[in-house]
Amino acid sequence: MDRKKTRFGIQAVALLIQNANFRGFLTGRIYEGASKSVCVPGLNCYSCPGAIGACPLGSLQSHLASMKFKFPYYIVGFLIFFGAVLGRAVCGFLCPFGFFQDLLYKIPFYKKNRFKIDKFLRYLKYAVLAVLVLLLPITCNLIPFFCKYVCPSGTIAGIWLAAADSNIRSVLGPLFSWKLILLLIFIVLGLIIRRPFCKYICPLGAIYGFFNKVSLYRMTVDRDKCVNCGACARACQMNVDPAKNPNSMECIRCGECIDACPHKALHMGFAAGSKKTAVVAEANENGDQKV
Amino acid sequence: MKRYLPAVILITAAVLLIVIGIILQQPESVLNKAVRICMECVGLG
Repeated sequence: MDRKKTRFGIQAVALLIQNANFRGFLTGRIYEGASKSVCVPGLNCYSCPGAIGACPLGSLQSHLASMKFKFPYYIVGFLIFFGAVLGRAVCGFLCPFGFFQDLLYKIPFYKKNRFKIDKFLRYLKYAVLAVLVLLLPITCNLIPFFCKYVCPSGTIAGIWLAAADSNIRSVLGPLFSWKLILLLIFIVLGLIIRRPFCKYICPLGAIYGFFNKVSLYRMTVDRDKCVNCGACARACQMNVDPAKNPNSMECIRCGECIDACPHKALHMGFAAGSKKTAVVAEANENGDQKV
Repeated sequence: MKRYLPAVILITAAVLLIVIGIILQQPESVLNKAVRICMECVGLG
């Protein structure tokens, strides 16, 4: 099985496992079992009728927004654990909303991944993380700002709940309309740009990005094989140059660069590449062109 | 082995944080939030 199909299969299984309460989609009732005390790795709203785990971002904001501030050891522990093991491979393999965007991008439509303000927009997700996820929930008690005003995963959950429950339909208001418009914008952008939410908005991707350089799951470049042809950079739809920066904070580990490399110089995995190639790649990341 | 050291340290720290969280009964607060419909998340206010 090729890499794309394997990744698609893992994404589909991850989506099903994280939303295994299938009956909830019909009844409009969310799951109330003990597994909801465990954080899932990706962006999957805990109010989704299918969700059997807790969204790490929602839990983090809810904890920070509580009346008595206590450091969220448990949730931060989960985030560091997933980050240190997988880095942004979570985005590429396990995140249900990332999978949703990948499916959207498969729809034939006008595509444009490279444009001038792309690099500038990348910084937006760090601002979203700092302000909406951390700062405002701490300072303005009881409001999980990112979940309330931005999170499209929650909007999808809201659509499911509203479709299944007339009581919820009757209380829909301006906030739901705002979130629905935002979701529609992400959907339209998702048809044109590969994973716009992950690239520009997602605070969870911003967190996992910090771990990409040190995570166990990583990419290495074999400098003996790499001829700097640029095929990997052209294939990358997250606009990373894997030959220069194989463990970029933006890399979601989709592996399309590996398939595009005509010299098989890129390797990815928990023990990617030989010791020599790993050392060479790390030296290259530190700024040395040739070792 | 050296290249895996930062990840191993982070994983150890993560496990420690999770254990501390469990001792402080933080999973219960996560559960309490997650088993109720989050009105803000689904756009109800």
